[in-house]
Amino acid sequence: MSKTECLAMILAGGQGSRLRALTKKIAKPAVPFGGKYRIIDFPLSNCANSGIDKVGVLTQYRPLELHNYLASGSAWDLDTKNGGVFILPPYAREKGADWYRGTADAIYQNLNFIDLYDPDYVLVLSGDHIYTMDYSWMLEAHKKAKADATIGVFEVPWEEAPRFGIMNTDKDGRINEFEEKPAKPKSNLASMGIYIFNKDVLEKYLLDDAKDETSSHDFGKNIIPKMLADKKRLYSYAFEGYWKDVGTIESLWQANMDLLQDEPPFDLNGEWKIYSSNPSMPPHYVGPEAKVKKSMISEGSMILGEVYNSVIFPGVKVGKGAKVTNSVIMPNTVIGDGAVVDYSILAQNVKVEPGAKVTGELGTITVIADGEKVSAEDSSKRVG
Amino acid sequence: MKTVMGIINLQEDNSLIRELTEQRAVESIPFAGRYRLIDFALSSMVNSGIQNVGVMLPEKGRSVLDHLRSGKDWDLARRHDGLFYLPPHQEEHTKHRGDLKNFYYNIDFFNHSSQEYVLLASGSFVYNMDFNELLRFHQNTGADMTLVYHTANGETTGTNIVLETEENGLVSDIAERSAVYDGSKVAMGLAIMKKEVFVDMIRDTYEHGGTDLQLDGILRRASQYNIYGYEHDGYVAHIDSTGAYYKASMDMLKPEVWTELFMGENRIETKVKDEVPVQYKETAEVNNSLIANGCVVRGEVENSILFRGVKVGKDVKIRNSIIMQKCDIQDGSLIENVICDKNVVITREKWLKGADNYPLIVTKNVVI
Repeated sequence: MSKTECLAMILAGGQGSRLRALTKKIAKPAVPFGGKYRIIDFPLSNCANSGIDKVGVLTQYRPLELHNYLASGSAWDLDTKNGGVFILPPYAREKGADWYRGTADAIYQNLNFIDLYDPDYVLVLSGDHIYTMDYSWMLEAHKKAKADATIGVFEVPWEEAPRFGIMNTDKDGRINEFEEKPAKPKSNLASMGIYIFNKDVLEKYLLDDAKDETSSHDFGKNIIPKMLADKKRLYSYAFEGYWKDVGTIESLWQANMDLLQDEPPFDLNGEWKIYSSNPSMPPHYVGPEAKVKKSMISEGSMILGEVYNSVIFPGVKVGKGAKVTNSVIMPNTVIGDGAVVDYSILAQNVKVEPGAKVTGELGTITVIADGEKVSAEDSSKRVG
Repeated sequence: MKTVMGIINLQEDNSLIRELTEQRAVESIPFAGRYRLIDFALSSMVNSGIQNVGVMLPEKGRSVLDHLRSGKDWDLARRHDGLFYLPPHQEEHTKHRGDLKNFYYNIDFFNHSSQEYVLLASGSFVYNMDFNELLRFHQNTGADMTLVYHTANGETTGTNIVLETEENGLVSDIAERSAVYDGSKVAMGLAIMKKEVFVDMIRDTYEHGGTDLQLDGILRRASQYNIYGYEHDGYVAHIDSTGAYYKASMDMLKPEVWTELFMGENRIETKVKDEVPVQYKETAEVNNSLIANGCVVRGEVENSILFRGVKVGKDVKIRNSIIMQKCDIQDGSLIENVICDKNVVITREKWLKGADNYPLIVTKNVVI
């Protein structure tokens, strides 16, 4: 068995409370995206495609569906003899048990796992972004700069910079200042929540941080500022391409809609495959009176009505005369004959009864939670 | 079903379906937008609980191996039992033709398997069946052998094994017929029997000069056995000719057939490809069609089946056609009553039209 150069750790424990009804039963990384995927498929596929074959997934909030989905990691071709997807929920020790108290604490509590493989580098990822990225280039840059840590950054529009953690760098990309949500940003390089650490450096800072009772045990708030204060070599790695935080209903909806453009800014159909666990379903059926335009539709669906500007996941039924526009319909949801769905996200196994209406507006997308039923009578009060 | 081993015979005669079998076995012909014919027999076996399956490979076996690989997509990559490939016996100047010699030379595999029963299946039928009830029926009647049949709906031509049965299911006659009438009991290439019966049949038939398992092993020796017929009343299609392939493909556009075959509790499994959901663009118009993942549609599609990764350009019209994996139909082309095999490119503004009752076939990798 060859030595592990880089081990990836995906932070997947977040509740994602801003996704409201969508994360009532499942963790944010398990939320469906893009007609067949789940959010965690993106960092996992990126790892597989970047040649990183050992991936720890740190879970905490409502982990069961996520665990079930990850299974052996075979969907991402990670179920090899030496590699794999390792599910890491909090666990009890001699002196009791703790939940993960922050992103840094989650990694701290799994230092034993990291030691098992003794990698040179640890790649820390979050499970709530949509993007494709070759981490091996970032690792090369990290090694070349002889950095202690490298942080993935993304150029955001200047007016949006105050919403992000902003990196101020010198001309070589060395980070000299980190500002969390600055009112007057000096740069527009936002942290993507992607970090590569030298393992020894990471270990030392996590051990120190764990002893600090005033710390909130967060990479952005505590670990990175501390390293900067100690004049450690922190470098930025600029990512160009599509990168979207899908932590809110509006951004999740928008990222789905982005896929429907004639030339999408983010091409799922490219060389860089996004893997996911495939359901065993047939090609979808489009009926004699159906109209389907500007949409993405997945396997096992039956479309008898009209679908426009929408993303339809596997196993969905759209009844005769039903109209689905500007919406995201997650797996196995049934939309009855003559029903209307507009500017909405319907979670899995929702039942919209014949003639019912589920409508929202741009900016106030309506969300129907997993397994709910919408009848024609109660559809009016759900509007908005 | 742990007491049953499955054997899928992939040595079907391809003389009536040559255009689609130039580089592949009949059983690996792509079907219904995403599957290969063998998926139906194999998935039915696995879903019924059979965990040991031998696949009798045809001479053009590469496409079958590439499709099934370790058997993982059917949960057959296992420590014990699982999927086994039984290669054809190749010996020059052999006096024997036909499939029987291949069974004969693989007899050790059957003998060494731990299962008590053998379920023999052809790989060229389309159905989704639970074999548990068949096994119970076979055990209850005490038959030597039980053959599965379906009742024909309307007349068809083509060679078929037709059964006559008594009220309790006992087979009174079994023959290869050139025409099938409404109500005929047509065998589905499925037989269940005790392993000893199967092994003895192969050995004895072969050693008496037999060449064909079905004709020499079962039909000619029918009087030696106590044979029962078991009816399957779900959807069945036998893909033994280009016409049958086209007709069965069009059957998949009936929502009730699509639902019965593919959306029930037992799913038909196939080789997994990580394709993107279908992308319909602003100019797309699609009616009564099956569209597989990975397709990008900008034109019109009607009464047709698009396999994975097909591109349909602007102002294209595709009607009553079957377009296989990775075909590229470029802007302005008109395609009607056509079967395009894999990787066909139809360049801009070409018109291709087959007859209503006989499709035009464009063979693999052709650029028009």
